[in-house]
Amino acid sequence: MVGITSYGGYIPRLRLNRGAIYGANAWMAPGLIGSAGGERSMANWDEDSLTMAVEAARDCIAGFDKTKIDAAYLASLNLPFEDRQNCGIMAAALNLEENVESADFTASNRAGLSAVISGINAVKTGDYRNALIAAGDRRITKMAYLHELWAGDGAASLLIGSENVIAEFKGACSITDDFVDHFRGHGQQFDYNWEERWIKDEGITKLVPKAIKGVLNKTGVEGKEIARFVMPCVFGRVPAQIAGGFDIAPEKVSDNMHMVCGDTASAHPLVMLVSALETAAPGDKILVTAFGQGAVAILFEVTENITKLSKRNGISGSLADKKEEMNYIKFLSHRGMLNQDWMMRAEGNYKTALTTLYRNRKMILGMVGGKCTKCGTAQYPKAEICVNPECGEIGTQEDCEFADQPGTIKTYTSDLLTYTLDPPAHYGMITFENEGRSMFDFTDYEQGKIEVGLPVKMVFRIRNFDNPRGFTQYYWKAKPVISKEEA
Amino acid sequence: MADGIKDKVAILGMGCTKFGERWDCGPEQLMVEAFQECIEDAGIDKSQIQAAWFGQCYDEIGTGKGSLGLPFALRLPYIPVTRVENFCATGTEAFRGAVYAVASGACDIALAQGVEKLKDTGYGGLPAMDSANSGSLTGQVMPNISAPGAFAQLASAYRAKHNVSYEDLKRAIAQVSVKSHDNGSKNPKAHLRKPISIDRVMASPIIADPLGLFDCCGVSDGSACAIVTTPEIAKSLGKTDLVSVKALQLAVSNGQEQSHKSWDGSYFATTRNAAKRAYEESGIKNPREEISMIEVHDCFSITEFVTYEDLFISPEGGALKDVMDGFYNSDGQVPCQIDGGLKCFGHPIGASGLRMLYEMYLQLLGRAGERQLSDPKIGLTHNLGGFPFSNVSAMSIVGLYE
Repeated sequence: MVGITSYGGYIPRLRLNRGAIYGANAWMAPGLIGSAGGERSMANWDEDSLTMAVEAARDCIAGFDKTKIDAAYLASLNLPFEDRQNCGIMAAALNLEENVESADFTASNRAGLSAVISGINAVKTGDYRNALIAAGDRRITKMAYLHELWAGDGAASLLIGSENVIAEFKGACSITDDFVDHFRGHGQQFDYNWEERWIKDEGITKLVPKAIKGVLNKTGVEGKEIARFVMPCVFGRVPAQIAGGFDIAPEKVSDNMHMVCGDTASAHPLVMLVSALETAAPGDKILVTAFGQGAVAILFEVTENITKLSKRNGISGSLADKKEEMNYIKFLSHRGMLNQDWMMRAEGNYKTALTTLYRNRKMILGMVGGKCTKCGTAQYPKAEICVNPECGEIGTQEDCEFADQPGTIKTYTSDLLTYTLDPPAHYGMITFENEGRSMFDFTDYEQGKIEVGLPVKMVFRIRNFDNPRGFTQYYWKAKPVISKEEA
Repeated sequence: MADGIKDKVAILGMGCTKFGERWDCGPEQLMVEAFQECIEDAGIDKSQIQAAWFGQCYDEIGTGKGSLGLPFALRLPYIPVTRVENFCATGTEAFRGAVYAVASGACDIALAQGVEKLKDTGYGGLPAMDSANSGSLTGQVMPNISAPGAFAQLASAYRAKHNVSYEDLKRAIAQVSVKSHDNGSKNPKAHLRKPISIDRVMASPIIADPLGLFDCCGVSDGSACAIVTTPEIAKSLGKTDLVSVKALQLAVSNGQEQSHKSWDGSYFATTRNAAKRAYEESGIKNPREEISMIEVHDCFSITEFVTYEDLFISPEGGALKDVMDGFYNSDGQVPCQIDGGLKCFGHPIGASGLRMLYEMYLQLLGRAGERQLSDPKIGLTHNLGGFPFSNVSAMSIVGLYE
């Protein structure tokens, strides 16, 4: 049996109240009011498609043996590098084995599910024990645009395997058709969209049913057997209309999460699927679809194993960890769409020495430190000579992963002088459960609520942008664990 | 077995510029200004200087890499010149080089000069070191820490360790700055010369929590220098009252604070090591009683505050009481920053260590004017570079040559 063995989700903590977008733009685009309810997820300045996908993947593989992952696929429409495998960065961040197959899936809203199908096919060959799929999208749209309201930022991840399958793969159907509802040509920052009525009438409502029909025919399953119909679509009523055509009852149709998150593009089928899996019961048949230059539909059937999967943060967990944002200017700033005066300190040279990055890739991207085999001292960074003054042995350290170590704040400050895109910069020394320690930036903190002893978890984030060279620098940061009462 | 530096080298002369925003001066003019005072004080001719150590930290501004800046400015006659750089302790490093050269017998008379021209960057605070780090691992993993942000963290750890409230510590470090401004107001060479009140310090805008504007030292241009020789040569040149070097110590972090559990974040492991060795080298048994005055590295008020304990002058956890009791005031038992400190002089990196020594030298010789303490015997300077979790701590002890 091949299918989903685990899932994970990540929605950024910040949620922009759509009223803020509407309020700032109503003078020129009063028509936005129709979609201005609820809130949309908003990546922090240091989050992008890749970092969110990494966080979703970490959630997904928590408790699993990483050495048994033989393929890793990353899907996104908005990847940080056009030429440098983005999935390779993710694999390094997750500290996956070197002999993992990896690939980026992009350029269509279907990319997330295409990656899932590839993962399933890989495992089916028997050559790959497990395939990790992560899809993330931080969507950049023009200002005062309906897509700005519709879009959300987020990620989800699935582990595909053949042992302890929680949702068995029953079948899939892909339709490839160059229906251009929107496109983003080379070198362009924004999508160009055609008329919505045409997209709805000629595109979505014709192509998605083709894929659904295909998978139902292949599997011999009838529409009325479907327990959950997962169809991302910004036109709220369309999924139920399409479901009705197959005898799928309206209550089986998953919410498109417009009010709480927005549409996360290529990640959204996975985001909604993970959300469905969180409440699914054994025996549930879940039909998930995506639209984009054609359509795809995949059918899963939930097994008894789903009751044994340990609790994930998932989509519901990340949705619950939220901070409302009312500042539209900050939203734009975090997406690099403004031209503020960040003062001279921002003029620094953030060139990455690629030689240095490569030598230290395990540390920089994977947060791997060392542990002395002589005295047992965990230390960060890993060094030739043990830092324990009582030891000092040379060449005794083995790799020691720090990313999942619980940490606490040892020292901290809130710095208004130094340059950051989200002042004041917060940073300090983090001590870990294994007694290692280091200095880290903080992110997703509550200002004024930092104190010595506060627990933190480490998260993979953007460290700097080297704008002249188009290079994004990643590293790990400490995110205070904030209880709901304090948020 | 080495017997230390005590009384092997004497200061023949010293000079120090007015510190401040010297828009009209480049590093060359600053160096000449300090040097002229110094050589006049020494009473020798430039040609008698046999070697020089030149301290300048930022080669991105000022006179660049290498040692050319000093001999070009002073037109030194083809003598050995070495440029040294050790973060903010650069000035003391230049002094150490010159003193060791004389003590070794390699030369009779040596010059140590430090300079920094900080006000050519276009913005306040110290220049960011980013471009210098672009090839390094540090540039890819270390938070973009500012100096105040690095030192502010001492406060968070000190409060947690000693169970001191935010307000109490904030008030105590404010008093540190108030005391220094009182002293600086009497010093014509200081950059900032206005007394300030505790309330004003506490109400100043936050730079890096809990440090406000008045918890931070100024940023200025300046130069200071010393000419050193042996006590015998000094006497042969007609000097009677001599200030000699009693101890010179330096302790440098090795990553232990940053990566090992043994450090709690609230103090300077380096300073504690350097202080112990300096007291041993100079024969000081009870620093609280034997030291007449100190010039410590008050880049930020909290740095000075924890340093009181790291020098074993205040007992552990006792700095707050000493500060509020006025122990370090000009009329206290161990006056600190009697010249105004970095707080009022600002911190032209390469010059600061030598500027501290300059005040000790003036005080010991009774030449400190309005600030003169009565009968000081032993002065200590503490010159710190880097960040609390990784730094260099340089110390000198000077006193009258008996």
